[in-house]
Amino acid sequence: MIWNPEAECMPVEQRRRLQLAHLKNLVERVYEKVPFYRKKFQQAGIKPKDIRSLEDIQKIPFTTKDELRETYPYGLLAVPEAEIEEVHMSSGTTGTPVVDAYTKKDIEVWSESMARTLSMAGTTRNDIIQNAYGYGLFTGGLGVHYGAKLIGANIIPMSSGNTSKQILVMRDFKTTILTCTPSYSLFLAEAAKEEGVDIRSLSLKAGCFGAEPWSENMRKEIEEKLGLDAYDIYGLTEITGPGVSSECEMKNGLHINEDFFYPEVIDPETGNVLPDGAKGELVFTTLVKEGTPLLRYRTRDITFLFHDQCPCGRTTVKMHRLFGRTDDMLIIRGVNVFPSQIEQILMAVEGTDPHYLIVVDRGASHLDELEIMVEVESKFFTDETKGLETIRSKIEHEIKSKLGISAKIKLVEPKTIERSIGKAKRVIDKRKI
Amino acid sequence: MIIKQISIFLENVAGRLAEVTKLLAKHEINLRAMTIADTADFGILRIVVDQPDKALKVLRDGGFTAKTTEVLAVEVEDRPGGLAKVMEIFQQNHVNIEYLYVSLEKNKDKAVVIFKVEDLKLGQKIVEEHGLGGKVSL
Repeated sequence: MIWNPEAECMPVEQRRRLQLAHLKNLVERVYEKVPFYRKKFQQAGIKPKDIRSLEDIQKIPFTTKDELRETYPYGLLAVPEAEIEEVHMSSGTTGTPVVDAYTKKDIEVWSESMARTLSMAGTTRNDIIQNAYGYGLFTGGLGVHYGAKLIGANIIPMSSGNTSKQILVMRDFKTTILTCTPSYSLFLAEAAKEEGVDIRSLSLKAGCFGAEPWSENMRKEIEEKLGLDAYDIYGLTEITGPGVSSECEMKNGLHINEDFFYPEVIDPETGNVLPDGAKGELVFTTLVKEGTPLLRYRTRDITFLFHDQCPCGRTTVKMHRLFGRTDDMLIIRGVNVFPSQIEQILMAVEGTDPHYLIVVDRGASHLDELEIMVEVESKFFTDETKGLETIRSKIEHEIKSKLGISAKIKLVEPKTIERSIGKAKRVIDKRKI
Repeated sequence: MIIKQISIFLENVAGRLAEVTKLLAKHEINLRAMTIADTADFGILRIVVDQPDKALKVLRDGGFTAKTTEVLAVEVEDRPGGLAKVMEIFQQNHVNIEYLYVSLEKNKDKAVVIFKVEDLKLGQKIVEEHGLGGKVSL
């Protein structure tokens, strides 16, 4: 079902006029209110009045994640602080968080986006949504929550983990819509089986899965094992959280809520805008955002855009499911992790430049498993096992507390990790996604 | 007396110990004592050899993580109660033991036991005072 036919099925030309009006307003606002953007405009030699068409957006310089870190916490704020009603953040490359600050209206836009997303998966006010995305600074939990509230569905705020209770609630409260990471859905299916619950025979009809990369094969597996329709949803904290784009019942590309989030795909090397169908880096401009607006934000996600006449009736542009990233960011159980963050922790613990290798795999549990192989150097080697065990548990603890993920540390002999010429190979991703 | 022990980090991989012994044999280094402390993923091999400095170099050149630790070599009478006597002396004098193992060395009817103690100076003092380490030559 379509949550907002007027917006989602609007004739393309009419939407473009709307987008342009939003863009002009946005540019005026940030030029006036955010010194960071004013400086950028001045350096590029442009003024707000130079943005006269949607194509003129290409005159505006990109915004990067590094810049978001540099302006932490409130450098991009375009409203008085008192207008901010909620803050979310995700970790950046150095551990400096990337902040999204929402005004009342920003939360409304987010709720609207998520209402559209959940509706695409068939959610109505009669549904029971079991939300197993984490509640907290992570946008997954509250994003789904706000969308569900707007629809008027029954939302069960489970948050992540607590698997036995998830299954209990799913059975006893007759959950119809499941929201979580795709890998966790498979984990739930396995756990249900072990507890003697036939998850297929419960009331599940659809699932909105995102926050980590997955594939068509994985969709088939999820649909088979859980007995539901699995939908891909996409979003990132910087832009708003989940709700940026999602699949309709055709399961052929993700409809972008482009009246809010204006997409472009660029060549990551040259920065040139690419046409429909050409793979490149996804870039977003938050057309209506008040709190922390972003102009041409480089997501580092690789995809292509396409316009088709979707049988669902929506006229919004679509993006293909993600192909990967232009940087080395890993998404582990929905948590963004850069190898450089792990390296910093290793260096801090050992006080040395370690040779390490990160191995990511999905074991029998279907959940991402992270193993970090660290070469034992003479500097921190001791003649007692407890010395090494202490270092190992310290690294595990630091990774858990700083990055929020569990890692298994494996101590290995020197030179066992392959040395390569030039850029060291630090990551082996064995996940079949 | 205080002697040098060499510790070597070993992953739990088939054949790693054999490579250590092969390397030592090639360089004609004689093993006098050895023990392994193991965990699920790795082990630490501790050895006492006739040429510790050469052994350390050979092992490091061979790509092993190795280091030297000072330990006590203590004479223990090879009869029931022999070790008990030494342990009692250590206990009475607050010499805390991290680990111990037996060497191949033997002086007449006395066995030589390798002790890693928490406080090496204290341990050495007690060993000397009680005449437990005078004749060991590893």
